[in-house]
Amino acid sequence: MTDLLRQDLALIADLIPPGVRLLDIGCGDGALLEYLGRHKNVDGRGIELSQKGVNACVARGLAVVQGDADRDLQSYPTHGFDVVVLSQTLQATRHPDRVVAELVRIGKVAIVSLPNFGRLSIRMQILFGGKMPRTNSLSYEWYDTPNIHLCTLADFYNLLQAQNIKVESFIPVSTAGRPGLWRQKMGLANLLADQGIFRLSRQPTGTIEV
Amino acid sequence: MNSPKTKISSSPADFGLGNVTQRVEIHNLPLQSGKSLDRITLAYSTVGQLNREKSNGILICHALTGDQFVASPHPITQKPGWWDQIIGPGKLIDTNRFFVICSNVLGGCMGSTGPASVKPDGGEVYGLSFPMITIGDMVKAQVGLIDHLGIDQLFAVIGGSMGGMQVLEWAAHYSERVFAAVPIATAARHSAQNIAFHEVGRQAIMADPDWREGNYQKFGKVPHRGLAVARMAAHITYLSEPTLHQKFGRRLQERDRPSFGFEADFQVESYLRHQGSSFVERFDANSYLFVTRAMDYFDLYAERGGILSENFRDIKTRFCVTSFTSDWLFPTSESRAIVQALNAVAANVSFVEIESPYGHDSFLLDLPEFHQTLSGFIEASARIRGIA
Repeated sequence: MTDLLRQDLALIADLIPPGVRLLDIGCGDGALLEYLGRHKNVDGRGIELSQKGVNACVARGLAVVQGDADRDLQSYPTHGFDVVVLSQTLQATRHPDRVVAELVRIGKVAIVSLPNFGRLSIRMQILFGGKMPRTNSLSYEWYDTPNIHLCTLADFYNLLQAQNIKVESFIPVSTAGRPGLWRQKMGLANLLADQGIFRLSRQPTGTIEV
Repeated sequence: MNSPKTKISSSPADFGLGNVTQRVEIHNLPLQSGKSLDRITLAYSTVGQLNREKSNGILICHALTGDQFVASPHPITQKPGWWDQIIGPGKLIDTNRFFVICSNVLGGCMGSTGPASVKPDGGEVYGLSFPMITIGDMVKAQVGLIDHLGIDQLFAVIGGSMGGMQVLEWAAHYSERVFAAVPIATAARHSAQNIAFHEVGRQAIMADPDWREGNYQKFGKVPHRGLAVARMAAHITYLSEPTLHQKFGRRLQERDRPSFGFEADFQVESYLRHQGSSFVERFDANSYLFVTRAMDYFDLYAERGGILSENFRDIKTRFCVTSFTSDWLFPTSESRAIVQALNAVAANVSFVEIESPYGHDSFLLDLPEFHQTLSGFIEASARIRGIA
């Protein structure tokens, strides 16, 4: 049934246990939220930047708030959700470091998917073409891209280390949208994966604010 | 909070509106101020039929100067109902499917008990002796009406501006009786700026010599000028600079050159004067004082020690909150504060800020994006509630 979902969303859906409270940040037209509500009895909420997206979600009966990840996460209570999902959005935020920290504050678990700027074909394009790379999953021109903070999987992994965020699991995804076989080797994944899906968590360290 | 302990009976009383409006009488209503009102009347209108399960009732809450004629022609102005474009058979709120109720607020002047009403002892009109009422009191009276109609739970409570305050009040105090709440272009407390504008309006009324310390009815007078000025000032706050510019610019009214005097040279002046003078035909000055005051006193934060979300703990009601980009009277930040409070208690809330150049009045206009949001929410909620 997950074939109804975009491939990366289907992989994310598989990571989500039934019956959880979930916040999908950048939920688009609500496809993942609707799927999880229907098939996994997930109590979902969404945040979406575009009015069109929010309207599509509202018409599906979903609870979705217009807002953006940079500005609107502060108001969510600590551990207000079992799972927070941020799919293909981190690279478009102004402060990815702060956003990631918010994800693991709001959610007991955060699931983040992001494109891998370190993969071989991209490296080759810069090396031999001398121009900003374009791929199927990153198809914008450099001057009109919403992706203002692209990184490699290794970069992201380093950010997580620096922020003491625990990687509970990691799935590199191939250009065919399948889980890569190189999941144990970050260096190899960084070279071959089209995108990565991270399951993250942080134990509460300080005071819990409401 | 429980519903008010009121005994209700249908009243055949006539307020000069003939039989164009329905009425209920509520025998006693304890007010937030500690006072109480006896034998109050609420004038209301309904469109559509209540279904057998009594699950399809939608209460529409009107704004400051609105009334119960939401989807039927106004008996005084003869204009179509103020939300006629979205409420009716086959429309966004389809009255073939939903039972739409709209009541004139307590303190109003279209048939509901207000300062222009005669006291229950049959003697004088209330005038300034009318007790100060609040948004909470208005809603308590509406609860009496909903009881009278035999409805346990409304499918939806919908309203903009002051109507949105009533929606929030319903949700905060009677949430089990509201399946879905749609507060539009509103706030959980009235801002200092908005209180300031209201005070200008009230002072304009009180400065009119014909106001006679509120006793103008006894003297057969109407404080036309004061009320018109109040309306003119308020009307500006419902629009936006771009709208005024686009609609009027600096164009002159029926002349080629300025008069070099104080006539209404500019179209915008002429428009405002018209807004003012037509308003006094249909609104009572003392009612304006009391109802604006009720908005000023509205503060859902204060009721819960400054924490808005405490009003909504464990709430089951589904919310759809909307604001408009150019609304500077009830800006998006006010709606966001409501949404954040609802998020903090994990309530079911959707929120959209609609792009619109038309200011606060946007919610009354034909804005397709807004109507898509509203219709999507109502359709989905009806599906979940199981309304055919």
